[in-house]
Amino acid sequence: MNLLRRKFIKTASFVGAAVAVGSSVLVPQRAIGAYMKAGFEAKDVDGAIQGSLGSTQHSASDAVMLKAPDIAENGAVVPITVSADMGGISAISIIAVANPQPLTSTYQLSSAAEPYVSTRVKMSKTSDVIAVVKADGKLYSATKEVKVTIGGCGG
Amino acid sequence: MATIKIRAKESGGVTTVKTLMSHPMETGLRKDSKTGKMIPAHYITEVTAEHKGNVVMTANWAGGISKNPYLSFKFKGAAPGDQIKISWVDNKGESDSASAEIK
Repeated sequence: MNLLRRKFIKTASFVGAAVAVGSSVLVPQRAIGAYMKAGFEAKDVDGAIQGSLGSTQHSASDAVMLKAPDIAENGAVVPITVSADMGGISAISIIAVANPQPLTSTYQLSSAAEPYVSTRVKMSKTSDVIAVVKADGKLYSATKEVKVTIGGCGG
Repeated sequence: MATIKIRAKESGGVTTVKTLMSHPMETGLRKDSKTGKMIPAHYITEVTAEHKGNVVMTANWAGGISKNPYLSFKFKGAAPGDQIKISWVDNKGESDSASAEIK
């Protein structure tokens, strides 16, 4: 009986330690990513902008340039380039409206960085792409529709 | 094996960095056509660019970025011969980094 109890205690304390280690590893990661995670997990555009840039109030601006193809033959690879003709930009978010998770990416720019990012995103279907930039705490955006023809016929 | 390719060029005080990473970028929303099971999410969550120990740009990504991601950005204050360091971390905790000389 005593032996069994020993064994039980030993196993229990081991499991306890493992859980403690596991959670201590997970917690800091979650704390850092919590802010961004909300943006990436958002299912709508407002949530995506709020989660990545901290506000939903954005105004369309000609100073924000969004370069995207009119027709994307392959929705898995849609080249997007965002640049802006204004100073004080601290962050850029790229949002594909119809995606299950609209926020594709967000970029934190240091003061040395130029307001320019270019990448390739996935798009589930034809929809607007919104580029939102944060300049001096305010949000400015540019929108462009991208037609996605997954069949690859080039439409 | 390095999974990051970097090309950086300085011109008129502005350095343009182009980088390609090899990564599956699985969203976790896709099904395996053979087994019918969901393919677990596996994507880069953060890309950091450093110049002389200063972070120039941080990209936060999720499954919405294409497979084998391409990223280009520009920054000021670097001279030819400087090193630019790119590193990424994914949702499984894997990471990689690479440095290249600015031309």
